[in-house]
Amino acid sequence: MELTRRKLLAIGASTFAIASITGASAYASLTDDAVAAFTGGAATGEGAITITAPEIAENGNTVPVGVDAPGAVAITLFADGNPTPAVATFKFGPLSASRSASTRIRLATTQNVVAVAKMEDGSFQMAKANVKVTIGGCGG
Amino acid sequence: MASGVKPRVKVPKTAAAGETITIKTLISHPMESGQRKDGDGNAIPRSIINRFTTEFNGENVIDVTLEPAISTNPYFQFEAVVPEAGDFKFTWYDDDGSVYEETKSIKIG
Repeated sequence: MELTRRKLLAIGASTFAIASITGASAYASLTDDAVAAFTGGAATGEGAITITAPEIAENGNTVPVGVDAPGAVAITLFADGNPTPAVATFKFGPLSASRSASTRIRLATTQNVVAVAKMEDGSFQMAKANVKVTIGGCGG
Repeated sequence: MASGVKPRVKVPKTAAAGETITIKTLISHPMESGQRKDGDGNAIPRSIINRFTTEFNGENVIDVTLEPAISTNPYFQFEAVVPEAGDFKFTWYDDDGSVYEETKSIKIG
């Protein structure tokens, strides 16, 4: 096979794509396990929960993230690219008004932030937001 | 023991009965994640605040479990209903057993 410049570029691009896919999913199964532990294996719906996160975070040390799920009793945040996926769990009491909260979190790399809400009827809602991180926040 | 821990809380001074108010809290704390290494390559042990709660006249508003992925100087913003005049009590629980407390009173008017 004659290796032209064009073919070489194509090969390079495809190997890079494969490498980046495997890199991103290295911790993803950990997150799936953590979500399953929180929901007890129940199926998760979508739509009744919104997650507010920046598309691009310059500094992974403080990424502002907000969640809002009307009718939720608890919301757990996960970050699927961090060494440990759990981020925080919010449990709402009787005097909580809007079942929403925001905080600032650390993200090691570009990844999905996952929010899972337990609703008052016992069902679960899930939302994801992809955040591109320029400088990671784990000090590794 | 984390030094220089200082809680700061923003609560309106007055509210109408049954009104929804926004509360902002911040506590200065290094939140050492346990992932970082010092100059000699030794892991720096984890030292974080692992729980934060807010109560109003003894009734729970929010109860947050914190993990090492929460940033330095943990900040929380949330909303609460004010049924009557009283006190908001904010409590932070440190890994080393320390408990930091802050109280803010709110009037109806």
